[in-house]
Amino acid sequence: MSKSMTGAEILVDALIKEGTECLFGYPGGVVIPIFDVLYKRQKEIRFILARHEQGAAHMADGYARASGKVGVCLATSGPGATNLVTGIATAHMDSIPVVFITGQVNSALIGTDAFQEANIMGITQSITKHNYLVNDVKDLPRIITEAFHIAATGRPGPVLIDLPVDVSNSTLEDYSYPTEINIRGYKPSVKGHRKQITKAAEFIANSERPVIFAGGGVVISDSYKELRELAEKINAPVTTTLMALGVFPEDHELHMGMPGMHGTKVANFGLMECDLIISIGARFDDRITGDVSKFAPNAKIIHIDIDPASVSKIIKVDVPVVGDAKSVLEELIPIVAKREKNHWNDEVAGWKKEHKMFYRTDDTDEVKPQYVVERLCANLPKDSIIATEVGQNQMWAAQYYEYTYPRQLLTSGGLGTMGFGLPAAIGAQLAFPGRTVIDIAGDGSIQMNIQELATAFVERVPVKVAILNNGYLGMVRQWQDLFWDKNYSGTCLKRQVDCPDICCSPSPTCAPYVPDFVKLAESYNVLGLRCTEADKVDETIQKAMAYDGPVVMEFIVAKEENVFPMVPAGKPINEILDVEI
Amino acid sequence: MKKHVISVLVENQFGVLGRVANLFSARAYNIDSLTVGETEDPGISRMTIVAVGDNNILEQIQKQLNKLIDVIKVRDLTGINLVEREALLVKINSHAASRAEIIQAIDIFKGNVVGIQKDSITTEIFGDSDKIEAFIEFIRPFGIKEMVRSGRIAIAR
Repeated sequence: MSKSMTGAEILVDALIKEGTECLFGYPGGVVIPIFDVLYKRQKEIRFILARHEQGAAHMADGYARASGKVGVCLATSGPGATNLVTGIATAHMDSIPVVFITGQVNSALIGTDAFQEANIMGITQSITKHNYLVNDVKDLPRIITEAFHIAATGRPGPVLIDLPVDVSNSTLEDYSYPTEINIRGYKPSVKGHRKQITKAAEFIANSERPVIFAGGGVVISDSYKELRELAEKINAPVTTTLMALGVFPEDHELHMGMPGMHGTKVANFGLMECDLIISIGARFDDRITGDVSKFAPNAKIIHIDIDPASVSKIIKVDVPVVGDAKSVLEELIPIVAKREKNHWNDEVAGWKKEHKMFYRTDDTDEVKPQYVVERLCANLPKDSIIATEVGQNQMWAAQYYEYTYPRQLLTSGGLGTMGFGLPAAIGAQLAFPGRTVIDIAGDGSIQMNIQELATAFVERVPVKVAILNNGYLGMVRQWQDLFWDKNYSGTCLKRQVDCPDICCSPSPTCAPYVPDFVKLAESYNVLGLRCTEADKVDETIQKAMAYDGPVVMEFIVAKEENVFPMVPAGKPINEILDVEI
Repeated sequence: MKKHVISVLVENQFGVLGRVANLFSARAYNIDSLTVGETEDPGISRMTIVAVGDNNILEQIQKQLNKLIDVIKVRDLTGINLVEREALLVKINSHAASRAEIIQAIDIFKGNVVGIQKDSITTEIFGDSDKIEAFIEFIRPFGIKEMVRSGRIAIAR
């Protein structure tokens, strides 16, 4: 059945047909026609007005990460579109399906430096999976269908549609939403090559010391059951990357923890000492491999990945298997020989006993940030969703919170975007109104999108924010502490113009912190709680949990606490710095 | 370091050339030549890209090319039996004394004289890259006023 509709009407109708529950965005001149349709159809699609386009982008991203559905975000042309850029790049690096729609100036004005014009097609070319400029309203239905399809399939990623205002306003006489998709240049291979899968099974059978290295692809392909089945059948120790935390139970005897720069010693030793890495949906990021030339020197590598370009990009792979992790594992598990535990498992078990995660509690009276994370984990419901900002807060959240479900941790792993956590938490909460959603934040990164507290309040999104306030841009300060002679340059957030020129340590006479997060929260009609003592941490968390609405908890934590263990950048991952006992 | 000739079939649409070129520049990889034109199907264009460099990086670029939605097919023609051709337009310094020798060379290279002035001869030469190179080297001593090469087109035999 076809009918006559304008471009704006088609867009909104198509979004509804694609099952979009929440549309995150911000209005502007060239998208008013779209907002007019949103007004008329507000019962069918909920529009969430962010306070900054970047916030809207991360909300759509957080919604997608938590739910597995495609997130949708709408902004105006020019500055609206450019404000999305960090959000688009964040989604791109972590393979998150989001459809971004930007308004564009009138087709006749494109390329003339018109008011609020930006060449967003060019700008986003390298940070989108694909992007479209709509020239003609008759192409719009096809483009929207394709955009959702491309965003969600294969290796997912963001797709941008740039929609000139005249196309929004022009009418298509015979609109019907396409049901078929045929893109000749886009046919992702889901099924792995049988021969390669058989070869992988042979490599596993010949391995003395195998390790499973699970990445974000396991989350995306929803293959955590298969992962566990494989691990238990071949008794291989498992390490899960930051993007995969939660896909394998952390209390499982085969679990080694997270690998890489701030990973567990067990996981890093495991990767370095093994004779076979079975990589499933991981891409050998430099934060995991350290010095690539010294990484896993004795290991053969099986690399299961849906993206052929990820295979042998960083490390030469022995058995590439291009396909969807779930589909490949389903074929691999029945043909792989059962492997009994051997000396390798004993060795790993020995490391696990010897190298437990550890932080000192006797070196300061200040509240330890790791303790706050542990207490959050102990006090929050098991199915809570945890978003993080980026920096020390992110690493402590990764190290000291125990994840039991896939999609439980939402974090900007690839791009490392400060300001991601709060809007992502809001997006996740909108996908799961009944669950507890918390943003574990630092005092630096929370300020990068703090304006979204307004969104949380007005939309009645009861996210909880836990700020670990150490007064510093802590991760950079940590590097300065360890590798740059403790020259705290540009990292002290208490620093004021009348401070001494050279200062490398916090003191009781430092100027008070701005902003006052409690007052700031209150100004947004959000509950603000400050906690300065370790024995008040539980009470603070419980108060926040009991409050029916968004809450900002500010924990004043140890100022110069560092994240350990740590592999210095560029070093092999078995050269690990750790806290002195 | 090896010369690679890559043939890429793409959707005949605006923006595609930029996407392809971008992949090379994102890897700090220089393109020797790039030609693009319509194929037998007007909806599809063929790009012939010649690049010299590290095999691993080039393999990565080819994989990235394959990921572009507008790219239909990528084929590395390196090392296979192929025909490649290039066109050259060049304006050569000439005067009465040298004119005959230049025209003779053009004849030997099966080129055509397409313009003649008091002080110059303009010619077109067509052929494989070795032939083009050889011609350029031969006429260089006379003085090249202006020159343009089309870049290579290639097809498997």
